[in-house]
Amino acid sequence: MAELTELTAAQLAARLSAEEVTAREVVDAHLDRIAGLDGVVADGDIWAAKPAAELGADEPHAYLAVTAAAAREHADDIDARRAAGAALGPLAGVPLALKDVLTMRGAPTTCGSRMLEGWVPPYDATVTERLRAADVVVLGKTNMDEFAMGSSTENSAFGLTRNPWDLDRVPGGSSGGSATAVAGLMAPLAIGTDTGGSIRQPAALTGLVGVKPTYGTMSRYGLVAFASSLDQAGPFARTVEDAALLQSVTWGHDPRDATSVPGAVPDLLGGLKGGVAGLKVGVVRELQGEGYEPGVEVVFAAALERLADLGAEIVEVSLPHASYGLPAYYLIAPSEASSNLARFDGVRYGLRVDAPTAEEMNAATRAAGFGPEVKRRIMIGTHALSSGYYDAYYLQASKIRTLIADDFRAAFEQVDVLISPTSPSVAFRLGDKTADPMAMYLNDVATVPASLAGIPALSLPAGLASAPDDPSTSLPVGLQVMAPLKRDDVMYRAAWAFEQATGFTPEPAGPRAVATPVATPVATQEVR
Amino acid sequence: MATDTPLPEGWELVVGLEVHVELHTATKMWCGCGTQFGDAPNTNVCPVCTGQPGALPVANARAIEDATLLGLALAGQVAERCWFHRKNYFYPDLAKNYQISQYDVPLIHDGHLDVEVELADGSVETRRVGIERLHMEEDTGKSLHVGDTGRLHGADRSLIDYNRCGIPLLEIVSHPDIRDPETAQAYLRELQAIVRAVDVSDARMDQGSIRCDANVSVRRVGAPLGTRTEIKNLNSVRSVGRAIAYEARRQVAVLEDGGAIRMETRHWDEGRGVTETLRVKESVTDYRYFPDPDLVAVTSPPAAVEQIRARLPELPTATRARLLEAGLPRPQAVALVGTDALGVYDDAVERGADPVIAANWLVGDVAGQLAAEGLELAESGFTGAHLSELVRLIDDGTLSTKLAKQVLAGVIAGRGGKGPAEVAEAQGLQQVSDEGELRAIVERVVTDNARTVDDIRGGNTKAIGALVGQVMKATRGQADPRKTNELLRELIG
Repeated sequence: MAELTELTAAQLAARLSAEEVTAREVVDAHLDRIAGLDGVVADGDIWAAKPAAELGADEPHAYLAVTAAAAREHADDIDARRAAGAALGPLAGVPLALKDVLTMRGAPTTCGSRMLEGWVPPYDATVTERLRAADVVVLGKTNMDEFAMGSSTENSAFGLTRNPWDLDRVPGGSSGGSATAVAGLMAPLAIGTDTGGSIRQPAALTGLVGVKPTYGTMSRYGLVAFASSLDQAGPFARTVEDAALLQSVTWGHDPRDATSVPGAVPDLLGGLKGGVAGLKVGVVRELQGEGYEPGVEVVFAAALERLADLGAEIVEVSLPHASYGLPAYYLIAPSEASSNLARFDGVRYGLRVDAPTAEEMNAATRAAGFGPEVKRRIMIGTHALSSGYYDAYYLQASKIRTLIADDFRAAFEQVDVLISPTSPSVAFRLGDKTADPMAMYLNDVATVPASLAGIPALSLPAGLASAPDDPSTSLPVGLQVMAPLKRDDVMYRAAWAFEQATGFTPEPAGPRAVATPVATPVATQEVR
Repeated sequence: MATDTPLPEGWELVVGLEVHVELHTATKMWCGCGTQFGDAPNTNVCPVCTGQPGALPVANARAIEDATLLGLALAGQVAERCWFHRKNYFYPDLAKNYQISQYDVPLIHDGHLDVEVELADGSVETRRVGIERLHMEEDTGKSLHVGDTGRLHGADRSLIDYNRCGIPLLEIVSHPDIRDPETAQAYLRELQAIVRAVDVSDARMDQGSIRCDANVSVRRVGAPLGTRTEIKNLNSVRSVGRAIAYEARRQVAVLEDGGAIRMETRHWDEGRGVTETLRVKESVTDYRYFPDPDLVAVTSPPAAVEQIRARLPELPTATRARLLEAGLPRPQAVALVGTDALGVYDDAVERGADPVIAANWLVGDVAGQLAAEGLELAESGFTGAHLSELVRLIDDGTLSTKLAKQVLAGVIAGRGGKGPAEVAEAQGLQQVSDEGELRAIVERVVTDNARTVDDIRGGNTKAIGALVGQVMKATRGQADPRKTNELLRELIG
């Protein structure tokens, strides 16, 4: 029998509901793996990650804090209720890793920043509340690029996170901790947040399913804002079905979020296994070619063939303004961030660096509390909103955003879903892009258009490609599936069919990887 | 008038007012916290109004409706679609370091207010002041600076109370149509009356639920607009008039002296009666306004606006006209409009009280009694039913005016728990108007004061007053004066 940590959420849920295993056993198995592997000080109610300088090169550092006591208590409570015959949710007792940008009572929320070190939020995010209501057991808070700004999780103030496939490589970002937790078998599920690709790109780089739901369907209440008009929480999982299960228990209207989409959300599970025969799949002309690694393109081409074999109709479509997505995104997101991050001033919470006057205290606190990437974006955003520059930058970017949304609307008149590679590259080496912000920003080229349009987008493993800098290392490549607004169900259906046909359950391997079973090779399989 | 000397011949004053009104909705603008004034610091707070990371604002629909109602009362146009913007600046009592406000499209635009100004000759002139815009925003917290200076600079430390943070606030910006301090005061009073008539705020300057800044400039008649200064710390209608008058004279003096007016913010010192430089506006602050991505557009379709318009109550201009028509003297009519007393008046009149008498009681003794006890009318328990009963008791001779005042005091002292008749009964304050009882007393007084009676019979009719006094003394003031007079005349012959 496989280790509990190797099972998918659906498999765990089945065993839990059949009472073959207890929630406590499942939680303990994961806590044991975290304690033995991740680089935490497994002591006390909340296990803190080791300081960055003390972390070993073999410690992935997925978690910033492990809420061990609370997780065990919750698991015991679930077991007791199950024993008493209470009706429990479909994921009851399944553990989860929560990105440290969502608030949870009783545990620190840092957003990967010195600015919020030690802050314990006085309230639960809506997502956290819904997880609790579904009896999903939160194991801890995961590492991230500071305030979700980055594509490699190297911008955390508390040390970088490593990719379980090759510990010398990045897991992507900004939700790298959540990705590594799931890919490294330290949680079957995780919640990340995606502003311009921060779930999808790390999912691609760590061989996972990662989903950015339709904007406004996952409550932002309790999600510490980076760019409010783009931020969206979403699931990480090892299978499409697991992701659908997690999204199903967390999404839906929230009156505490004014941008929450009113009305019911579609059923993700009912039609999940409906297949893609007859489905029109559009290949986005602008999201391939120059800038994409050859290995990524090969896997993507194979994916198209597989979809065609499954009966999907493949057509090429154009999003004429997609190439302006990246510059528009890198104006809109920093503009909003410059205002969202203004509240970190040392007055109410988090870091305070004392100084003689309030203004000097603000300045000293912000100088000490924010890392370089956050400062860079605050400066870009402040500039873009300044009088005299607003029209040329923020306003112009907003217009491009509208044009991109229009492009998608037109495309979805021809096709049911759109596909592209998720990321132009496989996981790159730690430090490779830290000196060059532009190179780092280019990671998001394929993911930002869907963010700007608010449409749902998902990344799932499409196969393996050799690392360009090391042909002996095989790394996962992600396929991005995009669907019209509030058609997350269609997106999931396409992804599930592809996943089954690929028969690919990537698992980290190799000398520099966290020790787990060897990856299954890419194979073609009939849809069951 | 509160404002003494006018400007020298040839100069003209130009004033525009920015008025902030705190709405008295049950909950704050973006969260469910209460809005009560005077609660213990930081008790009406939550993650949203203290700007905790991750917390989100949701617009208070009632506040938007109230603002729309006020905008319609000010004859404004309602924007079919408008937005909330973020006004970015750092300040310790601003929880998010941006204020959610409105920018290019306010909720209401292009209204006006007609104010009635009483001229020196007693005539009344109506002047129209244009209203540029009315927009919605949120109030800030309050800082308390602990230390020697009592101000931010030089304070040892600062304490912040976030109770006020996020209370819905309206900013009402007038056009610079005001030409004298009296009109500014009349505008503010009229605005206060309208706000109270539509019942969207207490509009109390002393509690800060209505606040006023004045933009003041002067120019030679016919010249282009002069440089303006902004006057802050105007805490009463009287201060508004005094500060504008002072500032106008100061500016004229500077200009006549060959100097120039600086664009600046000035602080009104009520005690010394002067304005002083607070900060000089060397450059326009860049607030980096942009649409708040946490909020959605406010839409006001015409049908919804008409529904709100249908809720408009009688507005002060109409109320004043109605009261004057009912025979009230102008000062009484003006005094009642825009106060709680109007409701009591209307109720009493509906119950049959004479309008003029009812108004006189409210504006006179009721107001005086409340002031003496430091009470608001609403707190006193005094109602229209009480007033009509009081007037009836006087009318039917049960109470003299003097006794009625004692009864009124008793009603208010009991916070309205007992009505006038009950109070009179309980305190034995009924007037002696029983013919037999009074006749016996009057007969005794006539017998006991034979010399005075002779005087009267001899033609000194004024001396009858002394006998009335004796009767009053004998009845401890409860004799009906009219009947007493009649009986005396009858008995003396």
